[in-house]
Amino acid sequence: MSILCVDDVSLAFGGLEVLCDVSFEVNEGEIFAIIGPNGAGKTSVLNIISGFYRPKKGTVFFKGADIGHLTPDKRAAQGMSRTFQNIALYHGMSVLDNIKLGAHSHLKTGLMGGLWYWGAAHREEMALRKKIEEDIIDFLEIETIRKQPVGSLAYGLQKRVELARALAMRPEILLMDEPVAGMNAEETEDMARFILDIKEEHNITIVLIEHDMQMIMDISDQVLVLNFGQKLTCGTPDEVQKHPEVIKAYLGREKNQ
Amino acid sequence: MYIGDFKETYASDQAVFVNTTSRFWLGVLFVLLAVFPFVVGDYLLFMANLIGITIIGAVGLNILTGCAGQISLGHAAFIGVGGYTAAILSSRFNMPFLLCLPLSGCMSAAFGIIVGGPSLRLKGMYLCIATLSAQLILEFVFVHWESMTGGIRGINISPPQIFGVVLDNDFKFYFLTVTLVIICVTAARNLFRTRVGRAFIAIRDRDISAELMGISLLRYKTYAFAVSSFMAGLSGCLWVNFLKTVTPEHFPLLESVRYLAMIIVGGMGSILGSIFGAVFMTVVPEGIKSILGLLVSVFPNAMSFLFPLQQVIFGLLIVIFLVFEPHGLAEIWRRIKNYFHLWPFDH
Ligand SMILES: Nc1ncnc2c1ncn2[C@@H]1O[C@H](COP(=O)(O)OP(=O)(O)OP(=O)(O)O)[C@@H](O)[C@H]1O
Ligand SMILES: [Mg+2]
Repeated sequence: MSILCVDDVSLAFGGLEVLCDVSFEVNEGEIFAIIGPNGAGKTSVLNIISGFYRPKKGTVFFKGADIGHLTPDKRAAQGMSRTFQNIALYHGMSVLDNIKLGAHSHLKTGLMGGLWYWGAAHREEMALRKKIEEDIIDFLEIETIRKQPVGSLAYGLQKRVELARALAMRPEILLMDEPVAGMNAEETEDMARFILDIKEEHNITIVLIEHDMQMIMDISDQVLVLNFGQKLTCGTPDEVQKHPEVIKAYLGREKNQ
Repeated sequence: MYIGDFKETYASDQAVFVNTTSRFWLGVLFVLLAVFPFVVGDYLLFMANLIGITIIGAVGLNILTGCAGQISLGHAAFIGVGGYTAAILSSRFNMPFLLCLPLSGCMSAAFGIIVGGPSLRLKGMYLCIATLSAQLILEFVFVHWESMTGGIRGINISPPQIFGVVLDNDFKFYFLTVTLVIICVTAARNLFRTRVGRAFIAIRDRDISAELMGISLLRYKTYAFAVSSFMAGLSGCLWVNFLKTVTPEHFPLLESVRYLAMIIVGGMGSILGSIFGAVFMTVVPEGIKSILGLLVSVFPNAMSFLFPLQQVIFGLLIVIFLVFEPHGLAEIWRRIKNYFHLWPFDH
């Protein structure tokens, strides 16, 4: 069953056509990869799904309903969370506080409760801490850095913390923009394992943008190929790899580089 | 041997005063605060009250500006609103102090929310101008709404009374001030252990992704203005009851600037920093004054140029300080604490 459906979407900035009639369906519980050369419009697709960009034409369906009119925070509340190509963490805060922020909309403490703290607010914080420790910190193996300010962490770890924060939002679908960019082989392997575990153990659908072909072919169920804002093809990794247009686009790119 | 903070439960890990060392020092602090008024003279008691009242105002401003990132040049005016509310309620309606106090806070909070309203649209410099105009308008009202505020002559009130005790001297007032400081500091500290405080910081650091976390900018910016000006109102109410008079010249623009300087020197976004800042900005000018006073007694002729020098020296001190420690006194304190990490339990 499809959880997310992008139907005939076009996007333009002024005269610049960024996306042109792009359609695809993401099935519940799969890893759906979007690949394509730089500037192909991959991040723009995620921005349309999470509500930062309004498409010129076309519709986005989430869990069967048209979500075109919803702002980003409403879409987040419906079970969509996301990580960014340029990490968007709060550098002054500790790792733990960053992750807790992800859970914001699942908490209830109000202004008065917060000022008073003892009682309900305290219980809520303790339950949250326990949940985060057990479900997220353990899982992503970031126990040793939980108290450190995010700004002091290596790039690969920051990406992991960003994933932790996205998980704390308890999403049904997770949009990830280049989760392993700039990572070494070992970090990449860890991240690939986490992504697979998120899909299998937490039953979260994942839409993922990546340039790392090896990883894409290893973990994804479906791959969408974009080129200059157009859909080249969409299918299983095997099908996509054999597609003549893809070979042409990618070989062409390599020759240019 | 010390082998790091090993905690059995998340609860003890989350506690503010986690280990025996900090509990010990907190205890020492409370004992000192309790003994203080019995051993010092009138002048120090007066200063202690002044500092306490300032701390409450500074904590309020630091929540708004340091933590939630909404700069305000109208803090003194909000303090003034609290002060005038207290004075009017007590002089005209004979309202008991314990009722005046929260009402002053609420009145300031209401003004804070109104002034903070535009903060959804306005950022940085523009918000600065909006709060600046609030400051100027309120100052104007304090002076010119004579039937209510008593104009430049202001309003005189009788000393506050709590449970039959008349707080007519600095010694008795000290206990009221200290209690309120402890309550405000604790409440502020509490707030930052919950999602409300985290939302403030998220808004300060990145508006847009805060929204993506499901944080409503409207709601939390309003909260920040409300809490901040509520504390300003309490501070104003105390101030007026302490001096037993209120006049417009207590709440000029310069006072707003002084509060901003206070939290910058103390440490933006740090509750402890607000306390350090308030102490610094109250004690250092007095220190300079007494040193200059000594000099004048030695060189009586220097009087004419030494006295204007006070402000210059104070300004220079702040600048030098910020150049060498831009993160404020709270940062210096953190370093000292790390250095003596375990004392006296470092066996
Ligand atoms: N807000 C914007 N305003 C103007 N142009 C934009 C905007 N966002 C994206 N674009 C343009 O749209 C095109 C596609 O950008 P997009 O970021 O979606 O590419 P991408 O596939 O994610 O590339 P990369 O692999 O480099 O991340 C680019 O030409 C880019 O300049
Ligand atoms: Mg991109």
